[in-house]
Amino acid sequence: MDETVIEYIRRTVLKIPRKEIKIMLQKWGFLSRSQLQTINFQQTKENISRRVALLCQENSADIKEAAALDIIYNHVYPNKRLWSVYQMNKTIYQMKEKETEFFDIRDFKTKFKRKLHSALENVTINFREYDDSAIWIRIAWGTPYRKPNQYKTSYVVYHSQTPYAFVSVSMFRSNVPLLLEALVAASNYNHICAMELRSHSLNSLKEIVFNRYSQNFQTYYPEALQEHSVEPESEPQIVHENRKTKEKIQGMNQQAFWDCSLPKLEYAQYKLETMFESDPKMGVLHRKQPFRCLVKFSSPDLFESLKSLAATSMAETSLSPLLTCIPQKPMNNFRITEETSLISGRLSTSLCLN
Amino acid sequence: MAVLRPFDKLPVLNTASLLLVGSDQRLQQELAQAIVKEKKSSNISIHLATSLPLSSERDHLRPRIDLIVFMIDIKNKYSLKNVKASLAHVAASFFLGKVCFLVTGVGRVNYCSVEINSIWKLGEVYCSPVLFCELELEGIRVATAQRLLRMLQICAGHVPGVSALSFSFLLRSSN
Repeated sequence: MDETVIEYIRRTVLKIPRKEIKIMLQKWGFLSRSQLQTINFQQTKENISRRVALLCQENSADIKEAAALDIIYNHVYPNKRLWSVYQMNKTIYQMKEKETEFFDIRDFKTKFKRKLHSALENVTINFREYDDSAIWIRIAWGTPYRKPNQYKTSYVVYHSQTPYAFVSVSMFRSNVPLLLEALVAASNYNHICAMELRSHSLNSLKEIVFNRYSQNFQTYYPEALQEHSVEPESEPQIVHENRKTKEKIQGMNQQAFWDCSLPKLEYAQYKLETMFESDPKMGVLHRKQPFRCLVKFSSPDLFESLKSLAATSMAETSLSPLLTCIPQKPMNNFRITEETSLISGRLSTSLCLN
Repeated sequence: MAVLRPFDKLPVLNTASLLLVGSDQRLQQELAQAIVKEKKSSNISIHLATSLPLSSERDHLRPRIDLIVFMIDIKNKYSLKNVKASLAHVAASFFLGKVCFLVTGVGRVNYCSVEINSIWKLGEVYCSPVLFCELELEGIRVATAQRLLRMLQICAGHVPGVSALSFSFLLRSSN
């Protein structure tokens, strides 16, 4: 057990960029100051990691300390994992009953551990609390016959004052229901459902989900103000021929995106299950079966690239509401089905978003 | 007034007008500012447009265009499509030395998405010179501005002894 733990610590240190190793070891606090001073941080990472492993062996590190280092690393570099968002809710009965409820961290931890251990013996669970009332939970999964695999871990970031949890599962997707059950039981909610939102950038997900409440206060930019906000021609010799269209597009962008800094999402996925509308005479799939296709927009930063469509004149009209509604209803996986309704005896169809 | 003609307006004394057509507005603006900063003996006016045809509302305010520069961004297939669509709105007599193709973004070879062959062909078909540049670098931007300014002066007839047509023959590579 000791050998594997030391090797795990060494490999975690290898993941950290060389300039940050000293700071992270200080944050970790397992090695004393005098021990840290004996490490030469100018040598190669390989040598630094061996030295750290030696010192940890002297201090007889156990799995708890190793897990703490892993949590710190993931807290500083959360963008290496793919996070999905889950929302928990209570039934109305439960909400009315316990109105003045305060959050007890120890209670949460014991309930979580108990629930997980009752289903699966071989798991390693570690907690770490941070200032913004975020609880980072690290889980290493095993099977009934094998010890937990420390390299394939799942993380849960739970903000105790909100009903949202951010989960990152690296492998072993079959354990996700178990994890969610434990989370619900520990946090005194009733059920949990997955929001269709996934991204690598944890901070952006938090921004989108927590800022939802502030979006009711939309500021309205009246027309007169917009004209002043377009910068006046700096040189009288440079004439913009398409000035009117440029202003129009800038106005549309402002309306769609409110000129504020947008969160960083990597993709938006639309699963289409709509009817293919072709010339009836052609008879190819015309309204016979729903046409299934998947449209995915991906980019290192989706909203920036959408904004720049107008600047590079690739978009001449305003963007589709399917794209601009993403910050409001936090979703980036959509399923679009056909909705048919009978209006004055004729069939009319419109796209139904869900 | 959909088609741009070279000689349908009277020239203004000691003035030259340049029309930049391209889809990336930010780069256009930067290039225009670089041209304006250069030392010159005549008045220069630069018109920026994203595509042709130009709106007919401001037609009476517009001076005679001496040189049209079509900006193609090598990273953006749309810019080539835009330029090809705009070429239809230029009268044939413009192509006697008063049109030039400027290919930008050549510094970023990794993101190249337009075929250079298609651009060479465009230059051959329309008998116009093709210039390559990278407008994000200060030095090259200034150099390009100087080249375009010199071409503009020749096309406006400010350089005695050299006409736009003879200059374009000089620029054509001899096969």
